[in-house]
Amino acid sequence: MSAQQAAPATAAAPAHSAPAHTSPPARALPGTGETRLHRLVALVVDKPGVLNRVASLMRARNFNIDSLAVSRTDQAGLSRMTISLHGDDVAVEQAAKQLYRLIDVVKVQDVTSEPTVEHELALVKIRVTESNRADLLIVIELSRGRILDLGPEAVIVEVSGSEAEVDAFIGVVRTFGIKELVRTGAVVMARGAGSIEESVKK
Amino acid sequence: MTMTKGGAGKPDARARHSHVPADGTAHADAVERAQREMLHEGPSSSAVRAGSGAGAATVGAAGSRGSRPRIGADVVCEAVLRQGVDVVFSYPGGVILPLYDILADYPELRHVLVRHEQGGAHAADGYARATGRVGVCIGTSGPGATNLVTGIATAQLDSIPLVAITGNVPSALIGKDAFQEIDINGITLPMTKHNYLVRDANDLPRVFAEAFHIARSGRPGPVHVDITKDALQQVTDAEHPDDETVRAGLPGFKPNLHGHYRQLKAAAAEIQAAKRPVILAGHGVLHSQAEAELLALAEKASIPIAWTLLGIGAVDERHPLAYGFMGMHGWKHVNRAIQSADLLVALGMRFDDRVTGNVRTYAPYARIVHVDIDPAEIGKNVAVEVPIVGDAKRVLTALLPMVEPVERETRAEYLDQLAEWKRDSEASSWHGSGAWRDGQLSADYVVQRIGELTDHEAIYVADVGQNQMWLARYAGFRHPNTHVSSGGLGTMGFAVPAAMGAALGEPNRETWAIVGDGGFQMTSQELMTLVQDRIPVKIALFDNKKLGMIRQWQEIIYAGNYHSAHLMGPDYLKLAEAYGVPAVKASKPDEVDAAIRFAQGVDGPALVWFEIAEEQNVFPMMPAGKGLSDLIEHWDGEQS
Repeated sequence: MSAQQAAPATAAAPAHSAPAHTSPPARALPGTGETRLHRLVALVVDKPGVLNRVASLMRARNFNIDSLAVSRTDQAGLSRMTISLHGDDVAVEQAAKQLYRLIDVVKVQDVTSEPTVEHELALVKIRVTESNRADLLIVIELSRGRILDLGPEAVIVEVSGSEAEVDAFIGVVRTFGIKELVRTGAVVMARGAGSIEESVKK
Repeated sequence: MTMTKGGAGKPDARARHSHVPADGTAHADAVERAQREMLHEGPSSSAVRAGSGAGAATVGAAGSRGSRPRIGADVVCEAVLRQGVDVVFSYPGGVILPLYDILADYPELRHVLVRHEQGGAHAADGYARATGRVGVCIGTSGPGATNLVTGIATAQLDSIPLVAITGNVPSALIGKDAFQEIDINGITLPMTKHNYLVRDANDLPRVFAEAFHIARSGRPGPVHVDITKDALQQVTDAEHPDDETVRAGLPGFKPNLHGHYRQLKAAAAEIQAAKRPVILAGHGVLHSQAEAELLALAEKASIPIAWTLLGIGAVDERHPLAYGFMGMHGWKHVNRAIQSADLLVALGMRFDDRVTGNVRTYAPYARIVHVDIDPAEIGKNVAVEVPIVGDAKRVLTALLPMVEPVERETRAEYLDQLAEWKRDSEASSWHGSGAWRDGQLSADYVVQRIGELTDHEAIYVADVGQNQMWLARYAGFRHPNTHVSSGGLGTMGFAVPAAMGAALGEPNRETWAIVGDGGFQMTSQELMTLVQDRIPVKIALFDNKKLGMIRQWQEIIYAGNYHSAHLMGPDYLKLAEAYGVPAVKASKPDEVDAAIRFAQGVDGPALVWFEIAEEQNVFPMMPAGKGLSDLIEHWDGEQS
């Protein structure tokens, strides 16, 4: 909220003393309108339906999820969601606060501005012919991709890394022809000794 | 942790039980007869139960509480009673019948058979608003459950503690599109604070303890518990958990009640620096019972109090610092004060669009201190300078010693100006003679007379539309929780069933439903519930033969294109007579008092049919999308 503070009270002229012909200042709306990609990490109670609650809330509140990765944590009964979404800082803060209203959401952290490691995995089924097979294999090798299935007409390649690295690989192999693509969505973890999981331990 | 209005400070309201009919009375007989008929039983329930219970192996077929195994349905009744709820509003159906099969074993739990589940949900809502306790409504699966939805949504938008219970098909049939099966959990998910589907009776004690705890703690709200039929019938000895266990089992639900010290200091500094401060009191003040603290702050720093629709009753309207009702149909002087304020101290309110209008032009000179128990409300609609997350009562209690006293004399110029604005604005758009235009009955006058003839001591339940705004403006409120209104969802048809719940919850107050002819025709079936259960609701039917607010918008915003604004209605005297409700009609100003007194004199429900002016508008009015400074006060020759 501090980002959009209005002028201090002393500077604002009350209406009764303001000249009649000047229009009053427009009130600032919450947020800057400058959107960027945010990563929210949410620890949620591991129960059926929690994913539905989170997805339903984001839909109802008009937030568009770019990607969502869910898994168990090391703590029994706790799951972890990595939610990637675009929005201005205040809007995403609002999303996080709305998430907190869900009874099954234990902790939400926006790690966008923190030092983190971020990783996602993609499987790409690439069209291949006798003539370009060798070229493709070199590209895969150089991109540190891993071939999971090698067939006469297609290969399935696993590639992992940051979202940008995966994007880059896909861009390179697109010329060969992508038949199928699946990405897990990013998972992130803050660097250093701090732990969101430990922070919610009783 | 809990924030019920009927908390420890009050005498135990349950001890009164005066709305539960005493044994041996005609009323008790009628209730018992109705219950027996519903259960297809013979004339003597105890005899039948003893007779059939002996050989019956099926659980729940018969027998009193002690002589049969405890089943899931028993847990429901136990849990509701444990929470201090003494009346439930309900409608039976196939899968919820196991509950009805044992309800008679809980005579201390009054069951009101409503005529439509929506009425049941609104009644539970009205009960909760009037008492501060959690309201409970019950319906069956499928259509029973979907009929509850409007009532649940109403409670959600107004933060009303409600537990809605539905039966569902046996767990083995879930997902099979069984008869009367619908994914009601999926439907209520976005409109409840939390919801549950219970398939195992052993989970029921925990789920109900959590449901009630969640419903009334922090920012209150509705919780829906869906129970499969087999879970209702399943034998269980699971024990009800204590509060500590319940809280420990909800790691994600820890409402923040105490304001942050640094922010409290900042708020105190803002208050000290302000020359033209206004307090905005919302529903949160009532929820946290912070009326005394609100007044203490206002008096200590000489700050006028404006209130939202649901903040009505936070302060006695006669108090010198009580300034008025704000927003779209609020008082002009109040909106003017907000537009010229240099500080808004917002307590337990959420800057709804009906309060702010266009946010860009809202309170352009004001810095804002915003206190709310829900962090998500702060910074949602308006940017604020001092955000304080906490319960209004606790925040105000901590804030008060930090605030420097300001004498009235110090603010004399400001307060005198406000007083002048108030005199101007109250004099306009008021029909003290009771007549509008050619002597037609003026609605504002009727509302004022209802307030006066009830000594402002009744509970006044609004429907939605013009009647709601007239009530908010002219009835004159003195006490918290005596004004009941569907603010957020704006649910037409709310008044009569909600008044039913309010009347049962607060039997020591007269209860008036203020309802237009549109809203009345939506839920008038509950007249029969009022009669059968002898619930003494007085209905003031404001009949302008129009959907009045629709007509007003069409006149002013849609160039007089009155499509569907005209509304036919029945002969309401005959309708009331058919239901057995004493009724009278008033069409002229001089008939108003006698009509109100007639209803007051009836021992039971009564209806007054006020034939009011057909084309009267509620002024002032802020057109949607416009700002608080753009109030319309007159329209085309309208003698407002």
